[in-house]
Amino acid sequence: MTMRPDPTFHASPKLAMEAPAENFAYTLLLSPDFSKPDALAVIDVKPGSPTYSQIVHTVTMPNKGDEFHHFGWNACSSALSPLAGHAFIERRYLIIPGLRSSRIYVIDTKPDPTKAKIHKIIEPEEVFKKTGYSRPHTIHCGPDGIYVSTLGGGGKDGTNGPPGVFIMDCETFEVLGRWEIDRGPQTLHYDFWWNLPRDYMVTSEWALPPQFENGIVPEDLLANKYGHRLHFWDLRARRNVQTIDLGANHQMALEVRPAHDPVREYGFVGVVVDTTNLEASIWTWWREGGKFHAEKTATIPPEPAPKEKLPPLLQGFGAVPPLVTDIDLSMDDRFLYVSCWGTGEMRQYDVSDPRKPKLAGSVHIGGIARRTPHPNGKPFAAGPQMVEISRDGRRVYWTNSLYSTWDDQFYPDGVPGVEVMANVGRNGGLELDKDYFVSFPDGYRAHQIRLEGGDCSTDSFCYPSV
Amino acid sequence: MFDGLILLPVGLDGTQASPALGWLWLALVASGLYHGVNPGMGWPLAVSAGLMDKSPLALFRALWALAAGHLLATLLVLLPFAFLLVLAEWQRPIQIGASLLVIGFGVYRLIDRRHPRALARIPPTQLVLWSFAVAIAHGAALMLVPIYLGLCQAFELDAGHQAAGALMTANLGMAVLVSLVHVAAMVGAGGCLAWLVYRHLGLRFVSRSWFNLDAVWATSLVLVGAVALAFNLAASR
Repeated sequence: MTMRPDPTFHASPKLAMEAPAENFAYTLLLSPDFSKPDALAVIDVKPGSPTYSQIVHTVTMPNKGDEFHHFGWNACSSALSPLAGHAFIERRYLIIPGLRSSRIYVIDTKPDPTKAKIHKIIEPEEVFKKTGYSRPHTIHCGPDGIYVSTLGGGGKDGTNGPPGVFIMDCETFEVLGRWEIDRGPQTLHYDFWWNLPRDYMVTSEWALPPQFENGIVPEDLLANKYGHRLHFWDLRARRNVQTIDLGANHQMALEVRPAHDPVREYGFVGVVVDTTNLEASIWTWWREGGKFHAEKTATIPPEPAPKEKLPPLLQGFGAVPPLVTDIDLSMDDRFLYVSCWGTGEMRQYDVSDPRKPKLAGSVHIGGIARRTPHPNGKPFAAGPQMVEISRDGRRVYWTNSLYSTWDDQFYPDGVPGVEVMANVGRNGGLELDKDYFVSFPDGYRAHQIRLEGGDCSTDSFCYPSV
Repeated sequence: MFDGLILLPVGLDGTQASPALGWLWLALVASGLYHGVNPGMGWPLAVSAGLMDKSPLALFRALWALAAGHLLATLLVLLPFAFLLVLAEWQRPIQIGASLLVIGFGVYRLIDRRHPRALARIPPTQLVLWSFAVAIAHGAALMLVPIYLGLCQAFELDAGHQAAGALMTANLGMAVLVSLVHVAAMVGAGGCLAWLVYRHLGLRFVSRSWFNLDAVWATSLVLVGAVALAFNLAASR
């Protein structure tokens, strides 16, 4: 317990943008064949530092086969919630769930990120016993605890009951129990986020564990059996209040990115693939007149490619689907970054008018058919995937791995872990930084990135930017 | 700004003979100011409401709701004591018991610093309920009990043995007055702060001004209880 709120807690998105820039980037490393323990890499991102763009510290876990994916902080700007009235915790611990093992690691980043160490390990049995869920995935720091979304229900293959969200104590890291009181028609889960003062949560759908753990199941995809709905919840009442079906052909509605400014009652979600035409799409959702609405506001077409450039999975289609696997919204709610993991492109949309995204910038790197190298000449396997934006919106970081077994299907030649960064122009535009290129130790792939002091997919705010 | 309230004719028998009386009123106003500036009692909610609705009216509406909740909590805690005080011969034990209760709650807050999780379930639209629950949970209303009992006693020193009915009316009137004065001071202080942040200081002030008052708050409870206890023990000798 501290005497003052953590200096990295900000009342509004605007204050978060004005805060000092990040010096470190935390990146999750996974061993795709489970031969080595997964790890957390701490990367120096301070320009001018002698170790710039290098790993300066690694926390290696004591177990194998965890499969790290997403992670988050124990506390963030949401602690300044005037309803919680108690902001005296630190942004100090990274909560890292093992998506395959259901084990959760708590990493202490104080006194210095370069000395980060394991603080606590929550064994899978505790998660199973207290929540009935498995396969923890997304972490969000709420004003009253750590919220964790899961992809699996109970039982060995995670299909015994629907997956959902559970809560952990943000100081003791005790698993407290299920969040939902009434889940309505929700049976699948992926991402979630909220608008705290407006008191709603939005969740999305990927698939159940048998549909992803051993790779994508093409028959299920072509039969539109992956998730395609958005669920809207009353946050404090913990009730599902509305479900919007995007249409069964819009397979895999993944990252949910609400506007950071809480007066703006809209957000975005990315759809990986339309099974009728291989298109990827961006959807805008919003609340109006007490009801939620969603519409498709941008599409990204597939790119034709000769059969010999395609993995067996795609040879029958003669084209590369863009595969929008991650999106991220800048802190000023102006630019939406869209990872096209299939075609190898990072797109920047101006979403000042949220229902009319305008393409403002783009860089090509990697890709199933294009295989664009980095401007420094080095190869970039796979495509842009997990993307994170600096709070000031000037730097966009990304890695290249999607998920162990899926990487192998779409990129059978292998996906050595790489992290790159692009600089953003004052009025948009995107250019890869020649000097920022992190390669990871052999046998490791890289997934989500978290920036020191918070970033554009961790912190949520209770006061508007004025 | 609250002088007027303090000098209100209270409609109770008794002259202001006790020298402690002035101090008690002062303590009452001070407790209101103290609760008002404590962000835990809700002034940042008024800032948030004003900014979210882009209207100063929303700020004042939120303040009004916070005041109503705090007032309800204060009345709920004080009224049972107003009834108890009718048992005039038990006045001393009641006062000592109340002091011990306040001290006990303060000690409990010192030992157990966890915040009740149930508070997090109250939606942001129900500010009256929120303010009420927070004032009860943190012992804000309880802090007033020794002051209230002291005031009742000071006024009745010269009143002799009144009929139970008159005594009850006087005690109830005092409970309402104490609650109103306290809440007026609280909303005055919290409202000024909220307005300053909303209009002039900006949101940076929210996190900058926020100090962890947990220990100070709990200590205040112990202190208020201890002072009341000391007075009562001295008087009963």
